[in-house]
Amino acid sequence: MPTRVLDQSDISRALSRIAHEILAREKGAQDLVLLGIPSRGVPLAHRIAERLAAIEPEWAPPVGSLDITMFRDDLRLRPTRALERTEVPVGGIDGRTVILVDDVLFSGRSVRAALDALSELGRPKAVRLAVLVDRGHREFPIRADYVGKNVPTSLRQSVQVRVAEIDGTDEVVIGEQA
Amino acid sequence: MRRHLLSAADLTHDDAVLVLDTARELAAVSTREVKKLPTLRGRTVVNLFFEDSTRTRISFEAAAKRLSADVINFSAKGSSVSKGESLKDTAMTLQAMGADGVVIRHGASGAPHRLANSGWIEAAVINAGDGTHEHPTQALLDAYTIRHHLAGGVGDLEGRRITIVGDVLHSRVARSNVLLLHTLGADVTLVAPPTLLPVGVETWPCAVSYDLDAPLPGTDAVMMLRVQRERMGAAFFPSEREYSRRYGLDSRRAGMLPEHALVMHPGPMNRGMEITAEVADGPRSVIVEQVANGVSVRMAVLYLLLGGRP
Repeated sequence: MPTRVLDQSDISRALSRIAHEILAREKGAQDLVLLGIPSRGVPLAHRIAERLAAIEPEWAPPVGSLDITMFRDDLRLRPTRALERTEVPVGGIDGRTVILVDDVLFSGRSVRAALDALSELGRPKAVRLAVLVDRGHREFPIRADYVGKNVPTSLRQSVQVRVAEIDGTDEVVIGEQA
Repeated sequence: MRRHLLSAADLTHDDAVLVLDTARELAAVSTREVKKLPTLRGRTVVNLFFEDSTRTRISFEAAAKRLSADVINFSAKGSSVSKGESLKDTAMTLQAMGADGVVIRHGASGAPHRLANSGWIEAAVINAGDGTHEHPTQALLDAYTIRHHLAGGVGDLEGRRITIVGDVLHSRVARSNVLLLHTLGADVTLVAPPTLLPVGVETWPCAVSYDLDAPLPGTDAVMMLRVQRERMGAAFFPSEREYSRRYGLDSRRAGMLPEHALVMHPGPMNRGMEITAEVADGPRSVIVEQVANGVSVRMAVLYLLLGGRP
């Protein structure tokens, strides 16, 4: 039986908290860029940016997307994947603080690929990681700077983040894999 | 997608759109300072060229290198082929060297098909032009260019009217374009003198006209084919002057095109023959862009055929 661990208001509160934490920790960082990892990291990045802008209008950071497909280490283990969009905001990422936004942090392999993809685009001053859900089971020495919710899981479980922009609803669901 | 790209007919509508969408994302790489992706690292792509073709070969070479593949160029001149080696023995050599992809250009129609389906090699085979048969990546880059300008770079080419003019008989570009553009929903008209149309053209999914002036006002993109004098053993038209007057694209004819229409040519051009210099360098011409798009489209094909699980 799939269990819902976050509903719409939980997600909304988690993203607001992430936005406040970013404001507190990146203080003085007028040079933020938010890059969402497709597909669901992108709408989450936009929502965090909206919240930042609502709190401090002069902080409205540019938002883009970063496709990591070509940098994955499991390309040859599966059939070819279709590419997603990479959109770098005008002004680029050189010398800026980039906040990568993803829905779920699991093995850390996606983030590793994202760091490689990022290095092809330029040289940021710093890179941070924001995720809605951290489900544990890291396989790489990677941790998130901003976490919406820590959700302990077993390896047999699957975590699905659904966002209104793509799935028509906001929720995080844990299911058992067959 | 199939394992090889031998004919434009191998691509379904969804395959073709996938290639174009992939190429659109990869085009951004060519504008970056570091024009490189690690995706095909450790894979070997062999450019097997039995016919001279500098532009197609360097386009494939650039595409493979931007994806970090190792590229081996094998041209027939000065190789074992000029000593009489058969296609089979060449193929078995490539297999022994561990080629993952073979890009083949051959003077004989059907050579890529033979290479792909004879069990000689395991590599993915990409047809880079065989005889007067097909040249699918040229059709893909043409479709990409048309889509970019006339369809906002998304979806297919439903309802676009494309006119292909000239030496259809000797053109592998024409056949591949008719097949692919039809798959993408475009309406294609071939214009040529009767002597330069192949037997059986009435079975192709397109219209045929002997008169160039008639279709021009309703054309979204006009594609001029090169008159392939090197393949012409006999006389196909009375004189070059007559050909260019009846089937050449000059300023007067370019003026009959709608405002948004594109002028295309796969190159190399015979300026003054099928197209005047003025039109080739004019504002509607996307001929130089076609070359740049060729690299993106070939990157997409290489990624889609070699990137995933073999």
